[in-house]
Amino acid sequence: MPKLAGAQILWECLVREGVDTVFGYPGGAILPSYDAMLQYPIHHVLVRHEQGASHMADGYARASGRVGVCVGTSGPAATNMVTGLATAMMDSIPVVAITGQVGTKVIGSDAFQETDVTGVTLPVTKHNYLVTHVEDLAETIREAFYIARHGRPGPVLIDIPKDVQLAQTEFEYPTHPIHLPNERLLEKYVPQEYFARAAEMIAAAERPVILAGHGILLSGAMDEVMEFAEKTNTPIALTLLGIGGFPAEHPLCLGMMGMHGGVYVNEAIQNADLLLAMGMRFDDRVTGTLKTYSPHSKKIHFEIDPTEINKNVKVDLPLLGDLKESLTKLNPLVRAKRHDAWWEHLRRAMQADPIRDVLDWESPDGLMSEHVVHDIWTATQGDAIVVTDVGQHQMWEVQYYLHNKPHTLITSGGLGTMGFALPAAIGAKFAQPDKEVWVIAGDGGFQMTMAELATIVQEKIKINVAILNNGYLGMVRQWQEFFYDARYCATPIFSPDFAKVADAYGIPGYVVENRDDVMPILDEVRASPGPAVIEFRVKMEDAVYPMVPAGASLHEMIKREKVPQSV
Amino acid sequence: MKHTLVALVQDKPGVLNRVASLFRRRAFNIESLTVGHTDQPHVSRMTIVIDSDNTSAQLVEANLAKLVNVIDIQDVTQQETISRDLALIKVRVDAAGRAEIAQLAEIFRAKIVDVANDSVVVEATGDEDKIDGLVELLRPKGILEMVRTGRIAMVRGNQARKNTNGHYNGNGNGNGHVARDVGVSSV
Repeated sequence: MPKLAGAQILWECLVREGVDTVFGYPGGAILPSYDAMLQYPIHHVLVRHEQGASHMADGYARASGRVGVCVGTSGPAATNMVTGLATAMMDSIPVVAITGQVGTKVIGSDAFQETDVTGVTLPVTKHNYLVTHVEDLAETIREAFYIARHGRPGPVLIDIPKDVQLAQTEFEYPTHPIHLPNERLLEKYVPQEYFARAAEMIAAAERPVILAGHGILLSGAMDEVMEFAEKTNTPIALTLLGIGGFPAEHPLCLGMMGMHGGVYVNEAIQNADLLLAMGMRFDDRVTGTLKTYSPHSKKIHFEIDPTEINKNVKVDLPLLGDLKESLTKLNPLVRAKRHDAWWEHLRRAMQADPIRDVLDWESPDGLMSEHVVHDIWTATQGDAIVVTDVGQHQMWEVQYYLHNKPHTLITSGGLGTMGFALPAAIGAKFAQPDKEVWVIAGDGGFQMTMAELATIVQEKIKINVAILNNGYLGMVRQWQEFFYDARYCATPIFSPDFAKVADAYGIPGYVVENRDDVMPILDEVRASPGPAVIEFRVKMEDAVYPMVPAGASLHEMIKREKVPQSV
Repeated sequence: MKHTLVALVQDKPGVLNRVASLFRRRAFNIESLTVGHTDQPHVSRMTIVIDSDNTSAQLVEANLAKLVNVIDIQDVTQQETISRDLALIKVRVDAAGRAEIAQLAEIFRAKIVDVANDSVVVEATGDEDKIDGLVELLRPKGILEMVRTGRIAMVRGNQARKNTNGHYNGNGNGNGHVARDVGVSSV
C-alpha cells in the first residue's frame, strides 16, 4: 500500500467526492495542503477574504446541488469563514470547510494564528471535526461529505493540524458503507395510516393552501409537488427559499408569503382550513405572530428534520421524511378536487391587491428599484440565475423577478447575510458556467464584500452586477420610517462611484439614472463577453410594500397608500 | 413535570461540550446532567433531567438525536426506573453532636465517611426526594459544604439500553477527554 501524506489524502478524498473547484486562501497552517494541491485536478479560486470563500462554496452548492468546498488556514481565516458557515447552516446548504490548524503539539498554547475553530464553529455547523491522527483523515472526510449531503443538508468543518497534513500513512480509500453513531436515531418510520389520514384531511378540506419551502428544492420534489397541486387544485404559497420550487407563473402559484408576501397570499393562509407545509419551518418571517397564525386550519407538516415538528407551530399530522418520498406515497391516495369557490375568492383577492403594484407607475421623482428589477427580468427572459444581497432590493427581486425554474434565485434567507450576493454569485457561476448570472445588491451590502470583484477578474468569469443605490441602508431606513418616527440614525450611507471602482478593477462600469436608459444598458452588458457593474441611482425613500410589521398578525399588512393607475 | 432522558454517547473529546452547547443555544432548561462510563468501551452514558413545563422533552430528544456522536436516546419518564442521586454533605458538628448525626444518617441509610474535630462528612445515596429530606434535617445543624451528582437512572427489568447499533465501529481518535463521572448540575 502506498504511503501518502495527510495533505495528499485530503485531495485524494476530495477528488473522489467529485470536487473539482474549491474556494480558498492560503496561509501558514494549511500550506502543506496547498503544496500538495498542485498534483491534483482541482481548480482553486483565490478569494479576497475568507468570508467570500464560504459564501462562494454556499453559492456553488445552491446553484448545483453539489457540495461546495472552501479552504483556509487557521485562526483568522477560520473565524472569517464563520459568517458563511452560519448562512449555510440556517439555509441547510451542503458545504464542507477545510481549515488548517496549528500543530497538535501546540494546540491549547495560544500559538500564532491559533483559534479553537471547532469550538467557534460548533453552533454554526451541522457537525465538525478536529483530526488529530492522519489515519483518521480519509474516513473523516468521507463522513463529512456524507453528513453535509445527508438528510437535512448543512455545513461541516474539518480542522486539520499542520503536522497531520505532513504525517504519512498507508492510504487506501475506504469503500465500506458509512455508518454514523446516530444513524438509527435518524431513521424515519411513518405508519402507512398517516398517509391515509393525510388523504382524508385533504379530501375534507375546502380551503387548502400548500406552504412550499426550500425542502422542495433540496429534495428535488418539484414534479411531485406539481402533481399533487394540479390533481387537487391546491393554491401554492412560497417561502423566500421555496422560490423556484414551483413555477411563479403557474396558475396555481399565489407567490411569496410572509412579511413582504402578497396581501392575498397571507389572507389565504389566515383563512385556510388546511395547511400543507412542505419542507418549510414556520419561520417568524412567514408566520407573523404565532398567537393568531392561521387559526382555523388543520396542519400537515412534511418535514425531514424531527426538531422542526411542533417547534414554532403545533401541527395535526407530521409526515417525517424526504418530501419526494412522502409525496410519492401520498399522491396516489388523494382524489382530484376543484375548489371552485376557494379559487373564486382568491382570484378576486389577487385583483384587489396585486403584489406588483407599481409595475405601470411612471415615477415622477426618479428611477424605481422595482422597475429596474422588472427590466432585468424582461431582458433576461426570467432565465438568469439571480443572486441577491439582503434588504429592500432582495424583496423587490422576489416581487418583480418571476422565477419559473428551480435554483435560479440564490439568496440568504434565514441568516439575512448582507455581503452575500457577490461571492455567492461567483460560486454559482462556477457551478453553472453556461448560465447568465446576475448580482442584484444594494449599496450597503455590496460594499461589505466588493473586494471579490478582483476574484471575478482574476478568474476571467462573466457576472453582471446591478447595484440599486438609494443612498441608504434602505430596509433599516424603512423600519425607522415606519416604527421610529423617521429618525434616520446611521442609515444614510456614502458610496464610492461604483463605476470608477469597477473601472479600477478593469471591469466596465455604468451609471443609470433614467428608466429610458435601463434597457439599452442591460442589452449592452448582456452582449459583452466580460463582467460589468451597473449602478442604478434609484429613488431614495421608496419602501417595500406590503409589509407585516414584526410581531403583528400575518393579515395585518401595511399597504402602499396610493398607486396612480397610469398608462 | 420532570422528564428523565437517558443518552448513550461516544466517549470522544468535545462530546459533552456539544450536548451542553445544544442546551444553551436552544435555551433548553436543564435541571441536571450526569455523565459517566458504561460497560462498553468508548461509550458514555448521560442522564438528563428537564422540567418539561418550560422545555419540551420531545424537542430535547429530537435535537439530541441529531448530534452525530449520540448513539441512543430515550425518554424513560413513563417507564419503571430506578433513579439515584449521590450526595456528600459536610456538617458542622462537635464531638457531643456526632451521635445525633450518626443516628440521622442511619435512618436514611447514609454513612459517615469522614470525621474531623468540628465536622463530619455524610455520604447518602437514594432518589432525590430522600436526599432532599436528609438535607433538610441536616441544614439546621450547619451544612458547611455539599455536592450532589444529580440523577442517574436505569430502567428496571431485562430491557437494556446499549449500543445496539451493530454497524458502527467506534474508531475513537483518542478518548478519555470527556469529563468522567462528573455531575454537572443546572447546566
